[in-house]
Amino acid sequence: MSQPSTPAGWEVVIGLEIHAQLATRSKIFSGSATAYGAAPNSQANLVDLGYPGVLPVLNREAVRMAVKFGLATGSTVARRSVFARKNYFYPDLPKGYQISQYELPIVATGKLDILLDDGSIKTIGITRAHLEEDAGKSTHEGLGASSGIDLNRAGTPLLEIVSEPDLRGAKEAVAYLKKVHTLVRYLEICDGNMQEGSFRCDANVSVRRFGAEKYGTRCEIKNVNSFRYVEKAINYEVARQIDVLEGGGTIVQETRLYDAAKDETRSMRSKEEANDYRYFPDPDLLPVELDESFIEAVRATLPELPDEKADRFCEAYGLSRYDALVLSSSRDLADYYEAVVAASGGAPAAKLAANWVMGDFSGALNRDNAEVSTARVSSDGLAGLLARIQDDTISGKIAKEVFEAMWAEGATADAVIEAKGLKQITDTGAIEAAIDAVMAANPKQLEEYRSGKDRLFGFFVGQAMKATQGKANPGQLNDLLKRKLAP
Amino acid sequence: MSLTRPKVESIAHLARLDITEAELSVYVDSLSKILSFVEQLSAADTGVVEPMAHPLAGESQRLRADEVSETDQHEKYQANASAVSDALYLVPRVIE
Amino acid sequence: MSLHTLSVADLSAGLARKDYSSAELTQHFLDRISSSNPALNGFITITAERALGEARAADQAIAAGTAGVLTGIPIAHKDIFCADGVRTTCGSRMLDNFISPYDATVVERLGAAGTVMLGKTNMDEFAMGSSNETSWYGPVRNPWDHAKVPGGSSGGSAAVVAARLAPVATGTDTGGSIRQPAALVGISGIKPTYGRVSRYGMIAFASSLDQAGIMAPSAEDCALFLSAIAGFDPRDSTSVDRPVPNYAAELNTPVKGLRIGIVKEFFERGMDGATGTLVNAVLDQYRALGAELVEVSCPNLPLSVPTYYVVAPAECSSNLSRFDGVRFGHRCENPKDLMDLYKRSRGEGFGSEVKRRIMTGAYVLSAGYYDAYYLKAQKVRNLIAADFKAAFEKVDLLIGPTSPTPAFDLGAKVDDPITMYLNDIYTIGANLAGLPAMSIPCGFDGHLPVGVQLIGPHFGESRLLSAAHAYQGVTDFHRRIPAAYV
Repeated sequence: MSQPSTPAGWEVVIGLEIHAQLATRSKIFSGSATAYGAAPNSQANLVDLGYPGVLPVLNREAVRMAVKFGLATGSTVARRSVFARKNYFYPDLPKGYQISQYELPIVATGKLDILLDDGSIKTIGITRAHLEEDAGKSTHEGLGASSGIDLNRAGTPLLEIVSEPDLRGAKEAVAYLKKVHTLVRYLEICDGNMQEGSFRCDANVSVRRFGAEKYGTRCEIKNVNSFRYVEKAINYEVARQIDVLEGGGTIVQETRLYDAAKDETRSMRSKEEANDYRYFPDPDLLPVELDESFIEAVRATLPELPDEKADRFCEAYGLSRYDALVLSSSRDLADYYEAVVAASGGAPAAKLAANWVMGDFSGALNRDNAEVSTARVSSDGLAGLLARIQDDTISGKIAKEVFEAMWAEGATADAVIEAKGLKQITDTGAIEAAIDAVMAANPKQLEEYRSGKDRLFGFFVGQAMKATQGKANPGQLNDLLKRKLAP
Repeated sequence: MSLTRPKVESIAHLARLDITEAELSVYVDSLSKILSFVEQLSAADTGVVEPMAHPLAGESQRLRADEVSETDQHEKYQANASAVSDALYLVPRVIE
Repeated sequence: MSLHTLSVADLSAGLARKDYSSAELTQHFLDRISSSNPALNGFITITAERALGEARAADQAIAAGTAGVLTGIPIAHKDIFCADGVRTTCGSRMLDNFISPYDATVVERLGAAGTVMLGKTNMDEFAMGSSNETSWYGPVRNPWDHAKVPGGSSGGSAAVVAARLAPVATGTDTGGSIRQPAALVGISGIKPTYGRVSRYGMIAFASSLDQAGIMAPSAEDCALFLSAIAGFDPRDSTSVDRPVPNYAAELNTPVKGLRIGIVKEFFERGMDGATGTLVNAVLDQYRALGAELVEVSCPNLPLSVPTYYVVAPAECSSNLSRFDGVRFGHRCENPKDLMDLYKRSRGEGFGSEVKRRIMTGAYVLSAGYYDAYYLKAQKVRNLIAADFKAAFEKVDLLIGPTSPTPAFDLGAKVDDPITMYLNDIYTIGANLAGLPAMSIPCGFDGHLPVGVQLIGPHFGESRLLSAAHAYQGVTDFHRRIPAAYV
């Protein structure tokens, strides 16, 4: 069992509410587009605007995606679920109510495994996942005493995924959040874009003394929309709550907003004021009834899930658990990796391919903020590079230089090697000539080495490598040097 | 069932209705009467009866195809709005 | 000319024979409206120019031989139906300046059938009322006696049809809003099965109860128009996908052998003496036509009014939240903050009865009261629906009064909501159970008309209409016109 890294005597209890925008083309209850970044209110039709007289009609794809998530998390998919109205007034909520699910959600009681820092696996319960509509957005810049309302986002389908309060610290919360993030992208039900708000998170945080039976009073932290902020916001909130309790105070159940700039949470009184939501079944929508054939048709579309893929990577490719998890963390990356392996002759190249995909390739993606699908080096291209390492045309070190050139120029490994003359020198005569020149130029060092100063061997390797512009085959160079330097 | 003035005020607030003092007295009286009237429901034996949210039992929700059928008509739709700027609906500044 | 005394079928035949054009027919009704509406107050908006344009188009269709049975027939729409480019107020100050950017399905279908829209009729604000006195545009007068109410909430539609300012009108019925005014002005009105007619574009009052229907002098007129508006609409999730009969073609189904249930609970309470006598005479008439009349009981029916006054306000409180002064509708002057914008826009835009129902609804749904009021009412609703279901295992139709009394004086009940609510005592049950029902004229109490109500099983409109038609074949109450409007 891992010990949470919290002040002595306190246990942290966290549950997450994740809002994943479902990747449908049209909205959950209308035929408006859901594309991000359109001109204000250009994607808000009469239904999204809550015009008098208009009515919602449910998008099949949103239902299908929710079911897909349910099946992937071993949840119960409700054969009958009901939409309810959550009533409150806010400018980004045009109808004065949000269509959501309350008593009978479409997905209930699932679970997800997360990997803890100590390598152990922990199962996190999923209480429920329900369908609902997103709200619009308010902007405040340049409008003086007004706020401007853009309802393009209103009516975008959301899957709200509610966890059990099973998470025992910020790191676990992040691990779980990342796991859900990976899963929804695997399932192709959400693009996972946190900057654009496609994947958002609220955290319910409380603390209690170790051994206490009852949960402490919780606070809901809103607006924690990056993995880093989730961790920081929770850590801040935990420290705050412990401070309050140790100072003899009590925690007030409330909604708090995380301010990333100040790295603190603060009370959102505006949200507290009237939280009597008066839920009741939406009379404009009938119960959603799903039969076995619908559910089985969705099941047939399930891809290999992240955990299944990681297991297979360990088994088929002999990868470490860690490498397997990293490579399976995104479906694109995993597919890329497998393509590289396949083009490199299969399992024997698996470890080399793993090192390159996780190393230089992922590094370049991160540096350029690029996607696997649009990477400058294709899986065939990387396989081409690995082939030249495997056949000793270039060394691993030179390969890094070749890779950078491939990335920059979009060229093949062979073309780069040819153009830059990076082909490894394997001609014994040429290497010996370089060694001879180095020995002749450094008589003092040669004498010291021969009189027992072994560590100067590295000096000669460096000099000889330099003399061949790094192109000498390192193994050969080593062997020849040892032989020639010997007294 | 008799409602107090503060209760009626809190309902009016929940429903975002500005109510004058004079109206308030009328509503305290009429809402109390209405609630007393509907309380006769409590006499009904509804032990195992399911609540009925919808008059057509047995019908279920139809699902529509995921197709974009709408075009940008914000100018037409915003003709009914009193305060619009650069295609945004305006409200007094929202404080979070 | 007395074109306004003709039935829809006769008007249609006259247009086809080119005895008169739709433009002439339309002008005839527009003239009647100009002279009579100021006193009657049945229309909120008169769309004369548009009507004449539609009439000319209808005449072209008739000339081209592409006309249908309703082509060129003028109609008035209750001002709850959105019509593209036309002010749609729902009888409320809130929507005084609202121009709908789209057509309701009912409006669209009737337009496609070639009908001519004369204008938008007055109504209780957001259809909340039984006397048409809650309208922001003032009360509608009963054509039989201007000191009396026409009933509500479709009081404008009822009055203009009774006064023959329009041959037919659309209405909506949430708790009796088609049937009760039809009874009080001596015309026929049908509320179809819930889901039979699309609710798209009909401004919602209580979504699980609202249903659009037709108000016209006779059951035959109703049948012709119901066929045009009924049917599946993919834009309304509660619309039922089921074939629509040709109601007019089925009107002559004989009454002989029809089993009609006399609902015991209807006859036990509330009805005034003259109404009771007239309704009992209808029973005799049906016996004479060969129907079999049997007594049935719906023991939970007396709870329909309290059930309704929990369910309907609950839904209305939520449905009317969209009126917030932001995207459409009344917006208060100089709001100082968001709360002020909401409270004053809504406080000023809604009338007192609407506010009363919104607050009732907010209360019965609120934390701590939901189970005792809303959930309880939904359970009783189920009991009431079950009573009807059991009754329809024994009989084909049910019969009873439409309204406990004939039209009452303007102002008589405005200050007493409970008394006003009890006007709907006989009509609400059909809405709670989603059943089709209609009211037809069955005589006069003094100078005021009285209606009788028929209720059918789900999708039993055809049976209702043919039974009503049979009665109207042996009576002439539906042809009577108030003296001032002959």
